[in-house]
Amino acid sequence: MWGLPDNAAAHGAEIDFVMLLFHILMLILFIGWGIFFLVALVRFKKTSHPKADYHGIRSHFSSAVEIAVAIIEIILLAAFSIPFWAKQVNAFPNRKDALEVRVIAEQFAWNIHYPGPDGIFGKTDIQLIDKQSNPLGIDQSDPHAKDDFVTINQLHLPIGRPVIIYLSSKDVMHCFSLPIMRVKQDIIPGMSIPVWFVPTKIGNSEIGCAQLCGLGHYRMKGFLTIHTQEEYDKWLAEQSSQSESSGEDSFWN
Amino acid sequence: MSSEHSQGHDEHHQLSWWRTYVFATDHKMIGLQYGITALFFLLFGFCLMMLMRWQLAYPGQPLPVIGKWLGSANMPDGVMLPEFYNQLGAMHGTIMVFMGIVPLAVGAFGNYIVPLQIGAADMAFPRINMVSYWAFFVGGVVMLTSFFIPGGAASSGWTSYTPLADIATTGQTFWIIGMVCLITSSLLGAVNFITTIIQLRTKGMTFMRLPFFVWAQFVTAFLLLLAFPPLEAAAILQLMDRIAHTSFFLPSGLVVSGQPLEISGGGSVLLWQHLFWFLAHPEVYVLILPAMGVIAEILANNTRRPLSGYKSLVYSVLFIGFMSFIVWAHHMYLTGMGTTISAFFQATTMIISIPSVIILTVFFLSLWGGSIRFTIPMLFALAFLPMFGIGGLTGLPLGLNITDIPLHDTYYVIAHFHYIVAPGTIFALFAGIYFWFPKITGRRMNDVLGHIHFWPSLICMNLIFMPMFIQGLAGVSRRLYDGGAEYAHAQGTLHLNVLISWSAWILAIFQLPFIFNLIWSLFKGPKSNDNPWESTTLEWATPTPPPHGNFVKIPEVFRGPYEYSLPGAKTDFAPQCQQIVT
Ligand code: HEM
Ligand SMILES: [Cu+2]
Ligand SMILES: [Cu+2]
Repeated sequence: MWGLPDNAAAHGAEIDFVMLLFHILMLILFIGWGIFFLVALVRFKKTSHPKADYHGIRSHFSSAVEIAVAIIEIILLAAFSIPFWAKQVNAFPNRKDALEVRVIAEQFAWNIHYPGPDGIFGKTDIQLIDKQSNPLGIDQSDPHAKDDFVTINQLHLPIGRPVIIYLSSKDVMHCFSLPIMRVKQDIIPGMSIPVWFVPTKIGNSEIGCAQLCGLGHYRMKGFLTIHTQEEYDKWLAEQSSQSESSGEDSFWN
Repeated sequence: MSSEHSQGHDEHHQLSWWRTYVFATDHKMIGLQYGITALFFLLFGFCLMMLMRWQLAYPGQPLPVIGKWLGSANMPDGVMLPEFYNQLGAMHGTIMVFMGIVPLAVGAFGNYIVPLQIGAADMAFPRINMVSYWAFFVGGVVMLTSFFIPGGAASSGWTSYTPLADIATTGQTFWIIGMVCLITSSLLGAVNFITTIIQLRTKGMTFMRLPFFVWAQFVTAFLLLLAFPPLEAAAILQLMDRIAHTSFFLPSGLVVSGQPLEISGGGSVLLWQHLFWFLAHPEVYVLILPAMGVIAEILANNTRRPLSGYKSLVYSVLFIGFMSFIVWAHHMYLTGMGTTISAFFQATTMIISIPSVIILTVFFLSLWGGSIRFTIPMLFALAFLPMFGIGGLTGLPLGLNITDIPLHDTYYVIAHFHYIVAPGTIFALFAGIYFWFPKITGRRMNDVLGHIHFWPSLICMNLIFMPMFIQGLAGVSRRLYDGGAEYAHAQGTLHLNVLISWSAWILAIFQLPFIFNLIWSLFKGPKSNDNPWESTTLEWATPTPPPHGNFVKIPEVFRGPYEYSLPGAKTDFAPQCQQIVT
C-alpha cells in the first residue's frame, strides 16, 4: 500500500491505518493552507491591491481550524496511539502460548539463541565467550543449555503463533528492525528488552539494524523466515540435533 | 555615549585594527564575524554532504578527480570507505547545527540586529560578546582539525550515542572538546542576550512593543542557557569515559569483538540519550525560532500591514519555550519505554505542535488584506511558509509512537527535519541577508541574481527532500553507507538517490549567484538610503552603516513594531520612533 513495505504481522494493519489517517490529515491541512496562500498572493499583490488594509481578516475560521487540529490530534493520541502501545508494546502474551527467542546483537551480526525443545534458555557467561565456538558464552554445564542452539543472522519462526523476542547487545546500541512485521526496537547494552508479534504470512524477509553501530552498520543484515508449523518443527529438530553433536556454528569458520 | 565613542577622539583613542576587526567588542563587528564564519561552515557542511551524496547515488563507484585528493585513508582509488562516510555524516550534522545555523541565526543576526531593534548602543557585555565569538571560533577549528588526525573525525553521528562514541577513535575526543567550546560560546552569548533585552531597551520600548524578532531571540537565549549545561556536563562525562576509563555510560558485561571490555561498568547507556535530547530538542527550536523572527519582520514589511495577531505570536513563542523542555523523550520512544511515560511525552509533543500551528496561521493570515511586494527577501520568506508547513506536519506521525515504530531512524526523519532547517531556516536566513544587507553595507543586492538564486534553490530543495519521504515510508534506514542497497525492501526506491544527489549538486551551483551577489554588491551595488524598505523598526532609524554606538540620538519609542498602513496616516508606515504620524 502506497509504498509501505508488505505487512505480515497481526498488528501491522492498525499501524498502517493510523499512518494513513495522519497523511490524510496532513494533506487536507496542506491543501487548505496552500489554497488560502495562493489566493492571498494573487488577490493582494501590490498591483491588484495597492493600499493595504490595516485590519485584515476578521473571521474566526482560523481559530476553528486550530481547534479542529487539536481535537484530531487528541483523538489519534487517545484512541489509537496510547491503547496500541498498552496492548502491543507494553503487554505481552502468555509465555506458555508464545515462542521465546533471544536475539543478541553485536557488531555486525545477529546471534539468535533458541531455547530448544525444553523451552528454557541455558545460562550464559561472558567469560565463556569464544568468537569461534561459543559466541554467546553458553554454559554447557547447565542442563537447560544442552538442547539450546544458536544461529547467526537466521531467524526462523512459525506462522500464526505469538513470538516474544528478548533483545540484548554485546557491545554497542543496535536497533532490531523487521519492516514487514512493523517491529522496530532499540537494543540497549545492559538491558534485555522484549518485543512480540504474530507473523501472518509465510515467506522470507530481512532483519535490519536501524541504529548506527559502526562501520559495518549498513551490512548488519539478517534473514527472517516464516514457516508453516510443520516446516518449523522440522527445522527445529534439525537444528537441535546438530547443536548437540557439534556445538559449533559454521558462520565464523 | 555617542560623544564618548565617535566624536572628539585624538589618535590615541582610535581603536587599533586588531580591536576593530579581530578582537572586536562592537556588536555589529562581532555579528559580521559570526556571520562570515558561519556561512563558511555552512558551505563546508554542505560540501561534506555532497560527497556523501555521491556514495549514496553511486555506491562503491570511484568519485572522479576529487576522490583522489581526499587521501587513501578515506577514499582509496576514489572509492569512499564506510569509516569516512560515517565521519562525513556525523560532521555534516554537527557542523550544520552547531557551527552553521546557530551561529548564523543567533550569533550573527541576533548580535547585529537585536541591539539596533531595541534602541541600544551595544550589547550589555561587549567583552563577553567577544569571548563568545572566539570560543566559537576555537570550537570550529578543533572540529575541522579532527579530520586530519589518525582515524579521522568523529563518526558516531551528531548524536554521539554511547557506547559507540565511548569506544570510537580519537576524533570523538576532538568532537567533545569542540562541543565544549561551542557550548561555552552559546552560554556566554545567551547571558548577554537576556541581559541586553531586559536592561537596554530604549525609552518607550515596552515588551509588547518589541519586534517579534527580538522576542524570538529572547526565548532562544533562554533555551540555550537552560538546555546546554546538561549537554556540556554529559560531554565531559563522556570525555572521562574515554580518557579516564570511568563508566558513566558503560554498563557491565560489554564484549567488543569477542573481548570483554576492561571497564568497571555499572553505567547507563540511556543516561547519555536523556542528557543529549534534553538539550537537542530545545535546540531544534533554537534552529527555528530566530528564523520565524526574521520571517515576521519581512512579512509585515512586505505586506504593508500589521501582523494578524502579534500577541498570539508572542504567547505562542513563550509557550513553545516552556514546552520544549518536556518533550525530549519523543526521540526515545523505541528505547523500551512504558505506556505511561510515552503517553506523557506524546501528549506534550502534540501540545507543543499547537503553538507552532498558531504561528504559521498568523503568518498566513497576515497576507490577507496586504499590498504584497514580491521583493527578494519576501520571496524567500513566502517560500518558508509552505516548506516549514511540510516539515511541521510530517513531525506529527513521528510524534505519536504508533507511527514512529515504522518511521523511526528512516529517511522520513531526515526529510522531516530538513524541511524545517533547509528550505525552512536557511531560506529565512537568506531572506534576512537580502533584507538587512542594505543597512549593513549601505548598498543593495542585485534583484536578478536574487531571482536566479531563489527559484532553482526552491525547486532543488524539494527535489532533494520530497523523495526522502518516499524512501522513509518504504522503510529505508538513515545513516547507511550504501543508502540501503543491501536491503531488499529498499530496492524499489533506490533509484531516487540519483535524482536526490543531482538535485543537491545543482543546488550547490545555484548558490554561486548568491555568493557572487554578496561580494559584488558589497563593492558595486547601488547605494541605499537609511530606510530602503520603508520599514518601521528602529534599526532603520540609524545612519547607514550604523556607526559605533549605533544611533545619532538615542531614539524613543511611541508605538508597536508593525504599524503599517495606519488609517489616516499619509505614508503607509509609521516608524516606532516617530512621535507624530504624518
Ligand atoms: C540542502 C542542504 C542539505 C542536504 C542536501 C542535506 C542532506 C542530508 C542527508 C542526505 C543526511 C542523511 C545522511 C545519512 O543518513 O546517512 C543528512 C543528515 C543530517 N543533516 Fe543534512 N542536509 C542539508 C542541510 C542541513 C542543514 C541546514 C542542517 C542543519 C541543521 C542539517 C542537519 C543534519 C543532521 C543533524 C543530520 C543527521 C546527521 C546524523 O545522522 O548524525 N542538514 N543531511
Ligand atoms: Cu547494528
Ligand atoms: Cu524533539
